[in-house]
Amino acid sequence: MSANTVTAGDSVRFYDLDEHAHPEGHSTMLGFWIYLMSDCLIFAILFACFAVLGGNYAAGPAPKDLFDLPLVALNTAMLLFSSITYGFAVLQMQQGKVKGVQLWLAITGLFGLAFLGIELYEFHHLIEIGATPQRSAFLSSFFTLVGTHGLHVTFGIVWLVVLMVQLGKHGLIAANKRRVMCLSMFWHFLDVVWIGVFTIVYLMGVLR
Amino acid sequence: MTPPPLPPTDPVFGKLSLAALPLHEPILIFTFLGVAVGGLVVLGLITRYRLWGYLWKDWFTTVDHKRIGIMYMILGLIMFLRGFADAIMMRLQQAMAFGGSEGYLPAHHYDQVFTAHGVIMIFFVAMPFITGLMNYIVPLQIGARDVSFPFLNNFSFWMTAAGAALTMVSLFVGEYAQTGWLAYPPLSGIAYSPNVGVDYYIWGLQIAGVGTTLSGINLIVTILKLRAPGMGLMKMPVFTWTSLCSNILIVASFPILTATLALLSLDRYAGTNFFTNDLGGSPMMYVNLIWIWGHPEVYILILPLFGVFSEVTSTFSGKKLFGYTSMVYATVCITILSYLVWLHHFFTMGSGASVNSFFGITTMVISIPTGAKLFNWLFTMYRGRIRFELPMMWTIAFMLTFVVGGMTGVLLAVPPADFVLHNSLFLIAHFHNVIIGGVLFGLFAAINYWWPKAFGFKLNVFWGKVSFWCWVVGFWLAFMPLYILGLMGVTRRMRVFDDPGLQIWFVIAAIGAGVIACGIAAMLIQFGVSIWKRKELADDSGDPWHGRTLEWATSSPPPDYNFAFTPVIHNLDAWHDMKTRGHERPVGGFRDIHMPSNTGTGIILAGFCLAMGFALVWHIWWLVIASFAATIAYAIFHTFNYKRDFDIPAATVAAVEEARTRQLAAGA
Repeated sequence: MSANTVTAGDSVRFYDLDEHAHPEGHSTMLGFWIYLMSDCLIFAILFACFAVLGGNYAAGPAPKDLFDLPLVALNTAMLLFSSITYGFAVLQMQQGKVKGVQLWLAITGLFGLAFLGIELYEFHHLIEIGATPQRSAFLSSFFTLVGTHGLHVTFGIVWLVVLMVQLGKHGLIAANKRRVMCLSMFWHFLDVVWIGVFTIVYLMGVLR
Repeated sequence: MTPPPLPPTDPVFGKLSLAALPLHEPILIFTFLGVAVGGLVVLGLITRYRLWGYLWKDWFTTVDHKRIGIMYMILGLIMFLRGFADAIMMRLQQAMAFGGSEGYLPAHHYDQVFTAHGVIMIFFVAMPFITGLMNYIVPLQIGARDVSFPFLNNFSFWMTAAGAALTMVSLFVGEYAQTGWLAYPPLSGIAYSPNVGVDYYIWGLQIAGVGTTLSGINLIVTILKLRAPGMGLMKMPVFTWTSLCSNILIVASFPILTATLALLSLDRYAGTNFFTNDLGGSPMMYVNLIWIWGHPEVYILILPLFGVFSEVTSTFSGKKLFGYTSMVYATVCITILSYLVWLHHFFTMGSGASVNSFFGITTMVISIPTGAKLFNWLFTMYRGRIRFELPMMWTIAFMLTFVVGGMTGVLLAVPPADFVLHNSLFLIAHFHNVIIGGVLFGLFAAINYWWPKAFGFKLNVFWGKVSFWCWVVGFWLAFMPLYILGLMGVTRRMRVFDDPGLQIWFVIAAIGAGVIACGIAAMLIQFGVSIWKRKELADDSGDPWHGRTLEWATSSPPPDYNFAFTPVIHNLDAWHDMKTRGHERPVGGFRDIHMPSNTGTGIILAGFCLAMGFALVWHIWWLVIASFAATIAYAIFHTFNYKRDFDIPAATVAAVEEARTRQLAAGA
């Protein structure tokens, strides 16, 4: 090590005598980002299962018989809009407007609910015509992949509501801003995953 | 495949009934009595000496990485005794069951024993041990005051403990899986394992897995964000480097286990067809997925110990580590390669020659960075003033033992050889050779090395040596016969044998296990004697081994805040550098230190999860819903608490440091 060349007696500083506390939560964003990547791996496994098992119809219905693309396109639009509106909430936050943030978060939540509603309607319809998760490996992996995404959106909405209450209580303090940013990452992440679902499950499914 | 109709479940107790208690198995009844009496004595003593408040305030709710680290080690030790009891039972059974004898374990029990042994040793012994070690040492080595997310750390520990508790409950309520430690379907599917054993397996691992993943994230962020000024990545101690890689592997592999087990539970609970034999399911998909987690897992276990050996070798040779840079790159190479070899666990699946060759070669390639590490350790010792203290003895035993295990591993990596040795006792001998010889010996080196740091006194050398020799000799006696038996074609997990010519090897192996038992007993005595004679073994300097890294720069045990002033790093061996260049310990000008507050949220949330796991196992649906709702509600409640830290006043810091100054002066 080059530092060895410094001879003893040189005044080398071995302790930081004038240190300042780390700003609170300074590593939260990195931690949350790594958490998202671990979540991403769960989706990766579900995608892999769909890729491997998605063609195993077991003489049951295939994507062409089941998927209603216009409906799924509408659903996709709901989620994409919710990402834009979340972006607006963050813009309001940067201008320090609590009410604006809450308003856009509420709109985001409504889009999220619309997305979930359409998804549940689709699931209900499929189960009604006999395309249940038990019917074939294709349907098992379809329901699990799409359902896991839906479950994430559900938890996102719960988080959204909690956050709106907390914003009402404490306003835009540093801790709340951090939470808005974490949920923002989570929400956009779900959007990205959905684009994968829409492409690989629905679009490519109808093609095969 | 549609699952067979479930037996009607009670709305209150689900599948749970008195029939679930193993009253017909005398071994279990006596074990239960032993555990119950022992447990009552411990609880009674805690109550008698009014320790509940102390335990709750200073330990259960603590967010101090050092205390959490110690709790992880205690969990690992307790579970180790359980896992070893399983091992002894298997060795006895196999040594006895010849010449028409059925041994003493019925098949139903024996199958649970070998499953529980594997699961417990990996998930609830090795994992808590390495997590505890990293928790304790990493923040000290990088000059930090705690981990990045102290509450999360407490929560992670309790989730791991809850998973272990659920696994232990299966011993006395119901049964454990009879599938082997990775629970391959279709055997683990509902058709062939209709009872609760596999469900205990699944939920125990899922609950513990949450803790493991979160603690992995926590330690990565800690290492990346909280290093003392001047400590660039290439000035990190090797143990911190290997911990970083190990935690990256945790975060990049445990979600795979979570997803895979979730799919298996869907098959079992909801009747889906991921891994079933019909309706398009693929059991081989499970085997692939579980090993995509499972192979990195073994590197998660060994990498931190490679770090330990590096620290120990350099300290006890009185030299800086030979080839630090190559050591770091070797670690990173192993990290990456560990993802490219999973298929060698099932060459016999029939993937074809090209696929098998690819995975065979990647597997052999791993021995190159590992070999580089070994040479680095040897060259560190070369021309060093080696002190044969206990940690160094364990390190040398590791080098000799692990090399043999590594070589049999390379042998197994050759697909044609693997076709012969697959699923045989040769494989069992191989992985015990690397896990005991690598992970366990490393842990013992680490415990002997860092015990004085954690408690302020050294461990007794005499009993340490007794334990060392019993362990090393016992290991070779117990596992060399398994290599021989494996080469003769004996498969694993057998309960009875026909060929009387094999018995002698099983008897030798059983004797070996007995010698290991003496090693374990000696180690427990070593702990006891050392605690008893702690005044004589006390170390006031905080640096009993003439260490080289930062953890030795502070007192033993370190104060709550670790360092009154954050150290500034100029050299890889930061503490050695400070000592040789005559640093002066600051004795004044202290400031308030900002620290996280304790919280009971971790243990409460983990308690709810434990209840949920138990309810899921037994199909007690109302309790599933109630405990799930409670978990979510309490977690939300916790987020409304914005005051999570406090200041240690400068006066308190000054008083603690003043005491330290007196202690150093008295020792000098």
